[in-house]
Amino acid sequence: MHEWALAEAVVESVRREAGGRRVLGVRLSFGELQQVDRGIFAAAVADLAPEAGLDAAVFTVEVEAARFACRACGRRWALAEAAGLGEDEREAVHFLPEAAHAFVRCPGCGSADFDVAAGRGVSIAAIELADEAPGPSP
Amino acid sequence: MIDPRDAGIALQLAGVRLVLAVSSGKGGVGKSTCAVVGSLLLARRGLAVGLLDLDFQGASCHTLLGCRPGFPSEDRGLLPLEPVTGLRFATIASFVGERPAAMRGSALADALREMLAVTRWGALDVLVVDMPPGIHDTTLELARIAPKARHLVISTGSVVALTVASRLLRHLGEAGTAVAGLVENMAPSGIGVPGASAVRFCPRGGHRRAGPARGNRLRARPRADHRRRRGLRRPGGLSGALLTLARSKSTHWFGTP
Repeated sequence: MHEWALAEAVVESVRREAGGRRVLGVRLSFGELQQVDRGIFAAAVADLAPEAGLDAAVFTVEVEAARFACRACGRRWALAEAAGLGEDEREAVHFLPEAAHAFVRCPGCGSADFDVAAGRGVSIAAIELADEAPGPSP
Repeated sequence: MIDPRDAGIALQLAGVRLVLAVSSGKGGVGKSTCAVVGSLLLARRGLAVGLLDLDFQGASCHTLLGCRPGFPSEDRGLLPLEPVTGLRFATIASFVGERPAAMRGSALADALREMLAVTRWGALDVLVVDMPPGIHDTTLELARIAPKARHLVISTGSVVALTVASRLLRHLGEAGTAVAGLVENMAPSGIGVPGASAVRFCPRGGHRRAGPARGNRLRARPRADHRRRRGLRRPGGLSGALLTLARSKSTHWFGTP
């Protein structure tokens, strides 16, 4: 359940960004590469949000497709085309997306010199704040 | 887009009293050995010690510890391994084994951020970080996310290593990064044991006299400075130096920018 740590980071980050203002919604982007378990993540957020004063916030998730880009030949490819990712390798990439650099090679030229151009991990796309002045600190 | 990991890192390092980055200008000067041996010595003295191998392309702490790291256990994050009682340990080798993971700068910084954001160190007296040699993305990113980390710079006594170590020290000085000291590793032992190597430690400030000296003077100066600090010159001085550092009341606490 390392999703808990990711959820904790998201909740704390939103709390900081909001600066005491009421948060109505949080739009999250999950990179396809990291394969975050949305159920576990949502359960962790539900546990953590009230304590951070985010009980009114609705968290929504969009999954961003993973895209690799080869620096050697310029080819771009999707996760489905990435050979070399068995169950153990996917687990490693789930914990640390950069582990992909140990397992994935360009399907065009075989190069290890590629970027994860999109769909890497968890990020916050938008925070919707209530149109009100910050309340007094508790 | 907001990267939530900076906030996560602050949470995960909230219980860490001191981040000690063991760094070097050149490779091959015994940086990982000093990081591992120093960590073990501190753990043996009863301190809560974490060891993080951030030398992603040259990870070797697990080899020095004699372990083959598997996936960490999960409990609201990733729990550090415990290859030796009392030593918490995290390494990229848990995820990639001995495979090379060729990464450019942004990926290195991402890997560092991810590991720090999800590893639950708990309360630590000191988190020893085995850095990659040189000044690049890992050095810059650690400075950004842990600005109060202190660097222990490892070098040999050779002019080649000391010249580059001096460059690193200059960078750290310009960046306002605290330097815990300069270790001259692989120094002649002076204890009459053929082939034995020793560690000499110049506490904070010694490096300022080491650089920007020229040529062979560079080599001599750390030793000259060191002689004035009796008790730190014998073999095993690294242990005493690290212990003093970890217990120092002036130790910097971890803080977010």
